[in-house]
Amino acid sequence: MTRVGLIRLAVIAAAIGALELACRLGLINHRTIIPPSEMASTLWTLLASGAINADIQRTLGMIALVIALSVVLGFVAGLVIHALPRVREALDPFFATYYAVPIFIFYPVLIAIFGLSIMPIVLIGVATAIVAMIIATLNGLDRVPRVLTKVARVHRLGRIKTAVTLQLPAAAPYLFTGVKLAVSYAFIAVVAAEFILSPAGLGRDIADAYADFNNRRMYALILFLLIIATLLNSALHALDLRWAARRTGGRP
Amino acid sequence: MTATRRAADTFILVLVMLAVWQALHQIAGETALPAPIPTLSYLVHNVATRRFAENAATTVEEFVYALVLAYAIGLAIGVWMGAHRLAGAVGEPILVALYSLPKIVLYPVVLLIFGLGISGKVTFGAMHGILPVALLTMGAIRAIPPVYLRAARTLRLSPGETIANVLLPAALPEVFTGLRIGFSVTLLGVLLGEMFASKQGLGSMIMTDMQLLQGEEMMTVTIVLFAFAAIANAVLLWIEHRLHRRV
Amino acid sequence: MSGPSVQHEVHARLEGVTRVYPSAAGQPPVNALGPIDLDLRKGEFFAIVGPSGCGKSTFLEVLAGLQEPTAGTVVFEGKAVRGQVADGIGVVFQEDASFPWLTVWDNAAFGLRRKGVAASEIRRRVEDALTFMGLKDFARAYPAQLSGGMRQRVCIARTLVLQPRLILLDEPFGALDAQTRLLMGDEVLRLWRRTGATVLLITHALDEAAMLADRVGAMSARPGRFIDIIDTGWPRERDSTIVGEAAFGEITGRLWERLRGESMKALGHVDMTAAAGE
Repeated sequence: MTRVGLIRLAVIAAAIGALELACRLGLINHRTIIPPSEMASTLWTLLASGAINADIQRTLGMIALVIALSVVLGFVAGLVIHALPRVREALDPFFATYYAVPIFIFYPVLIAIFGLSIMPIVLIGVATAIVAMIIATLNGLDRVPRVLTKVARVHRLGRIKTAVTLQLPAAAPYLFTGVKLAVSYAFIAVVAAEFILSPAGLGRDIADAYADFNNRRMYALILFLLIIATLLNSALHALDLRWAARRTGGRP
Repeated sequence: MTATRRAADTFILVLVMLAVWQALHQIAGETALPAPIPTLSYLVHNVATRRFAENAATTVEEFVYALVLAYAIGLAIGVWMGAHRLAGAVGEPILVALYSLPKIVLYPVVLLIFGLGISGKVTFGAMHGILPVALLTMGAIRAIPPVYLRAARTLRLSPGETIANVLLPAALPEVFTGLRIGFSVTLLGVLLGEMFASKQGLGSMIMTDMQLLQGEEMMTVTIVLFAFAAIANAVLLWIEHRLHRRV
Repeated sequence: MSGPSVQHEVHARLEGVTRVYPSAAGQPPVNALGPIDLDLRKGEFFAIVGPSGCGKSTFLEVLAGLQEPTAGTVVFEGKAVRGQVADGIGVVFQEDASFPWLTVWDNAAFGLRRKGVAASEIRRRVEDALTFMGLKDFARAYPAQLSGGMRQRVCIARTLVLQPRLILLDEPFGALDAQTRLLMGDEVLRLWRRTGATVLLITHALDEAAMLADRVGAMSARPGRFIDIIDTGWPRERDSTIVGEAAFGEITGRLWERLRGESMKALGHVDMTAAAGE
């Protein structure tokens, strides 16, 4: 590990250690924050007992579903829009403003329409993540060297074959950035939706534990989600860095 | 000519969106999703109600405090990490990791620390905004060509003069991008905070309307918030383009 | 080559100057420059030529006060120079240092504005400098709208308005093509004659140094030391047409003779002919 990496590890460890110390020494009220070690041990117990397995499955399953839908539909939508320049121009201001607007406040409207089921959560998740994928797809397709599409026409490949065998691999590094963003947004949207209002899931679990004053359970679950999110995002980030060379080394 | 064509296309897009809305309304029913035209009429007539004004005032108050905090802390962190190479190298991945976290899971902790009043929502909003401001400010400072600093020394500027007259204007375009993104995410953070365990503010108003099946008011508040965010972003973007055009 | 011996007034003096970059992140310390002993004569045009990485830019920065020497002293106009840029020294860097958020006019006026100079004086000097550098028509333009060569002229104008007595130019024409460089050389000579300043020019181009300077210092590969200082003997009123004179060929020949081995060293080759005892 590099020197910088070691320093970073030390900083994080020091922060956690300081929190632990502050809690144990009574500087921080036990009713406000519990020591990190207690968070970890409670989490361990919960996981070992299998008590939260159903919720884990539900939350992670929803996130996976949202990711799958956003990435696939986003890519296809990006392909279609890319092929229709006039549509793309019309949609440009929409895309530019999309993430400046708090999309998530549409969630209660979705609940009003579809009721308290998985639909509003999936929909708000996809709504949040899909545009990132579309923008990344458009970006990636822009960078496909034009000569490749001409080669496809010379070989008389159909639209779908061209997309799959030529455009997809050429745009792949940029598409991956879209996937990375979609995963991150899916995670955030699903967990937020579960937290605000949902019949089940880890987000709902945390909200319940908070309402029940069950700090130990609440912090254990928070810790779990933080760890999963961090691991997932870090792994994708590391992979994205690998693709970075292909991105910047490409043609201008 | 292309400008008018683009405007026409955008107009067509808006019509399509309204048509989809109308279709959804047919499917979902009156209380779930009111139709576009009645909603717009409601908006025009009822947006000035006392209840709306009170809730809007709460949200605005929380948002302004959160934004000031996010900008001040974000800029400070960004300048520090941009100027000190080691701090930047160590801290950047931490900030990036925090940026992609579902910060909503930390909201109960914020509530436990700050209680159910305004400070909780202000803190939560600021937590969202600090990150893009810090990250982009750091990037902006790092991107300043070192020759500018050498030039400032040959022109015999004091450190204060160098910061004010060279560093700041050189970094401004990218810093402003951070401020613009920070604006949007801080707003989202404040609204999220209001949607959970809050009795005041536009976010909580939406939740209440949903529970009481007041579709028109719910859609109205949603539209007002979208419009506010979109217009504010457009203004900030315009300023940003003007800043970038010279660099 | 030189005329009757003239008593030259010393404008800047470097004695025993060395510059060592301290070790960092597992790399050994770098002996970048020195030892250097040089007297810069008042009003002369001095050029330094040497292979890449020999320490020419370091020399300039130490003389200007942008870097402190590890050993030795730098004296400018009788006062020691240590880590601070002295009053009366102007520097034009290799990289584009024009400020993109200011117009050409405001760039030129930048240094003066902070010195409490009267507005009318500022206007006079800036107009003068911009006219001299051929930028009068572009006063309201932004650097981003100009070519690289013109941006360098903006930087020169910014330095000029401060009326420096010693002007340091660090490879200012590095990015330009050969013909443009010759013409820019004419500009620098005009500048030198007009301001009466002492000029120090760093370049890697032998012909440029031979054409422009009164004296040319040939610098060795790292750590840079002067292996020869050649007097060109050119008249003060000169321009790029002197490249046609026989003396020009002799001077460049002599410079290359001195520097060929050093350049090969810088590239990592051993001078085989010297090793074979030529």
